[in-house]
Amino acid sequence: MSSGHLTTPWSASARPVARRGPVHPDDVYRVVLQALGFAVLAVAALIVVECARGAAPSIRAFGWHFLVGTQWDPIADHYGALPYVWGTLVTSGIAMLLAVPIGVGASAFLAELAPPAIGEGVAFVIELLASIPSIVFGVWGMFVLAPWLRSALEPWLIAHLGFLPLFQGFPFGLGVLNAGIVLAIMVVPTVTAISRQILRSMPRTMNEAALALGATRAEALAVTLDAARPGILGAVVLALGRALGETMAVTMVIGNSSRISLSLLAPGATMASVIANEFTEATGKLYLASLVEIALVLFVLTLIVNALARLLVLWAVGGRRDVAGAA
Amino acid sequence: MSPARRDGLAPPRAVRSRTERRVRNAVALGACAAAAGVLLVPIALLVAQLVGRGLPALRPGFFVHMPKPVGEPGGGMANAIVGTLILIALAAAFALPVGVGAGVYLAEFGESRLASALRYVADVLGGVPSIVVGVAVYGLIVVPMGHFSALAGGLALGILMLPTIVRSTEEVVRLVPQSYRHAALALGAPRWRVVQQIVLPAARGGIATAALLAVARASGETAPLLFTALGNRFWSTRLDQPIASLPMMIYDYARAPYPDWNAQAWTGALVLFLMIAVLAAATRWTTRRIR
Amino acid sequence: MTVETRNPERPALAQPPRPSLASAPLPAPPDPASPGAPTGGEPDAPAARVKLSAAHFHLHYGAHHAIQDVSLEIPEHSVTAIIGPSGCGKSTLLRSFNRMNDLIASVRTEGELRLGDEPILSPAIDVVDLRRRVGMVFQRPNPFPRSIFENVAFGLRLLGIRDRGELEIRIEDSLRRAALWDEVRDRLDRSAIALSGGQQQRLCIARSLAVEPEVLLMDEPASALDPTATARIEELVLGLKSRYTILVVTHNMQQAARISDRTAFMLQGELIEYGDTRQMFTSPRRQLTEDYITGRFG
Repeated sequence: MSSGHLTTPWSASARPVARRGPVHPDDVYRVVLQALGFAVLAVAALIVVECARGAAPSIRAFGWHFLVGTQWDPIADHYGALPYVWGTLVTSGIAMLLAVPIGVGASAFLAELAPPAIGEGVAFVIELLASIPSIVFGVWGMFVLAPWLRSALEPWLIAHLGFLPLFQGFPFGLGVLNAGIVLAIMVVPTVTAISRQILRSMPRTMNEAALALGATRAEALAVTLDAARPGILGAVVLALGRALGETMAVTMVIGNSSRISLSLLAPGATMASVIANEFTEATGKLYLASLVEIALVLFVLTLIVNALARLLVLWAVGGRRDVAGAA
Repeated sequence: MSPARRDGLAPPRAVRSRTERRVRNAVALGACAAAAGVLLVPIALLVAQLVGRGLPALRPGFFVHMPKPVGEPGGGMANAIVGTLILIALAAAFALPVGVGAGVYLAEFGESRLASALRYVADVLGGVPSIVVGVAVYGLIVVPMGHFSALAGGLALGILMLPTIVRSTEEVVRLVPQSYRHAALALGAPRWRVVQQIVLPAARGGIATAALLAVARASGETAPLLFTALGNRFWSTRLDQPIASLPMMIYDYARAPYPDWNAQAWTGALVLFLMIAVLAAATRWTTRRIR
Repeated sequence: MTVETRNPERPALAQPPRPSLASAPLPAPPDPASPGAPTGGEPDAPAARVKLSAAHFHLHYGAHHAIQDVSLEIPEHSVTAIIGPSGCGKSTLLRSFNRMNDLIASVRTEGELRLGDEPILSPAIDVVDLRRRVGMVFQRPNPFPRSIFENVAFGLRLLGIRDRGELEIRIEDSLRRAALWDEVRDRLDRSAIALSGGQQQRLCIARSLAVEPEVLLMDEPASALDPTATARIEELVLGLKSRYTILVVTHNMQQAARISDRTAFMLQGELIEYGDTRQMFTSPRRQLTEDYITGRFG
């Protein structure tokens, strides 16, 4: 749906001509709808304003140091958010590392290789995965994934890769690795579904041209994937945006520690998880304001990431909002 | 290696053998299929565990009994289930009029600067983390009110539903054929009647689908309820008091140190999952039938 | 569309089902086994080797019998045009020669197609190599969204050729043979999509030529182009004849008359007539052919 293309038989924005009678119902109607539209804008504005207002004490107290400070100390009433920024970046990073190859590979399978019946079946399963709420993933991560990590994967990692600081420490089961894996499972449907849409919107004739030149199926697929790169990148960035803001599942499996550690096996916390954990316990104005400031930072971060994603996807599909609407 | 020139070049000689290309092809295609397979593993595990661990405690009592104190067997999540329904109703009461109205505005009158801003903002709003919405509603509603409430929770959920309803409504209304509008106008109907009495009824199915899907997603949200509706171990349907909800109760029970409660958390998770899956499937099934 | 046959006792048939159009009685066609045999005034020519052939080839799209019992032999180093109204199966036949119809799940074939002596339809044949040897140019130019250089290099890179020197030599050679070199020599690194339609099509031809095919299949190569660009493509085809065997599907009869040595006329999946172009256009052997050429239908 290109903007600028009128779909109604009446001029959408022109001022109405003078009519008989005091007020024409059409104008009332339009004004009512406009008001509802404004309401949406107002909601968004209120969220921004409220977060800024709530964070103000903390911003005044700590300034930029808030983002790089490593001490989150309710007792001393001094707050630095770096552990949570770090935790957010690490868990999202793990999630992307796992979700992108699997998601793009699966989308290539669905869009180009799978027979229609299997393709539809797998697409359905992915939709199902996408509709599972965060809390359910949290329960699964706590009671199923954590024991398995504790008893199987983490000991293996320590034994074989323990020379790397990444895999040193005690196998708790809960921690950054668990959160990363759960996040990966949660965002892979986004990567897959959007990449699949993008691939399907690629002209078939490119694939045919490659095959007609004597390419194997994989070689022809590579051509399509290469051409789809901006859009797929958009899908990945969008998934990143979702991973950054994910709260419940992460909170339940990340172990909730405010120490920065290089090890993936260690417990940690993310911006979203610390808010979830400490908000209702926060006594003291500065404590609360700091948590709200974290919410503000998270908001701005996801704003930027999502804007970038939307740009990439729109650019890739040539401005067709119907495909981009899946994002 | 430069090809000899005769009357033209010699045909290019393959440097990469056919066998190598065959192998690379098989590996690449296999990897893609494997990726799809790997994708299926977590969901299979998840559903298996949900059913395996959640089913045992899933008795009719689960739906009608109140939570029991620690140590007492049995009990259910009746208050949480009702609470979720109330919260969703509140959310829909906010999000549907505003969202559908804004969507109709965009579709029928949507070429102004307000409209462009609205589209952009609605998209942006869709990317806001749900916990940020919870924090904002806390400041906007809970603090002035002085206490947590179902109203605040409902509003937070409604805000989360808003972007999808706005976007879907706009799309669905745009799809209504121009001929409908033309026919109504030619009969002398004013614009507002054309939209209300011709276009909207035609778009009803699509809007309902979008609304149901938004509701399904909102019913599973926990983060926005953490500091708005909070939770309630007792029966409460008052809108100005904290109210229980299925996701919150699952959260509390999962973190509790009592295995009995943990088991109930699984049952709650299973019920929530089924609710959402059935709702989503039903809306998709009815959409297909309409088509 | 009323179909009249030569035999006046046969009533005009207007609705299905009806007998095969090719079964109406007619004088014996020239023996297709010797394509070089003179027919009606053609000067003596040495018997050319058969490069492509079809023998009782059938193709079904699901229940639709899209190609019915087509047999023909196409000599080396010639241009053969396939003409006929929309839906007659000419593109389908063309795409059968490089097995592009394999991409459609519901396709079934019977009979034989050969590249020289090799059976094209056999499961034993290497389809990937077949497609290198039997190149294809499509109706709408479809360059890859890459640079001009990379487009032409694509097929060569598939073969694993990475040496920059060799690539440059071959790419220049291909672009020259496609009559595009002078126009793009200074901007090989620019995007192929920025070229005009006619240039893009010549680029696609160069791309196919780079891997030195034996046959070039062209599916209405100029139908998406303006008359000037069309004329250049036609010129190109005539020039390429000496090195390649070319099969051109076209809905433009004048084009067929201009560029081809032999023409095949298809109607509703059947090969109605196949022979020397000049002869077919001046004195076709079949009434149907004459009707089509004079514009009575299609």
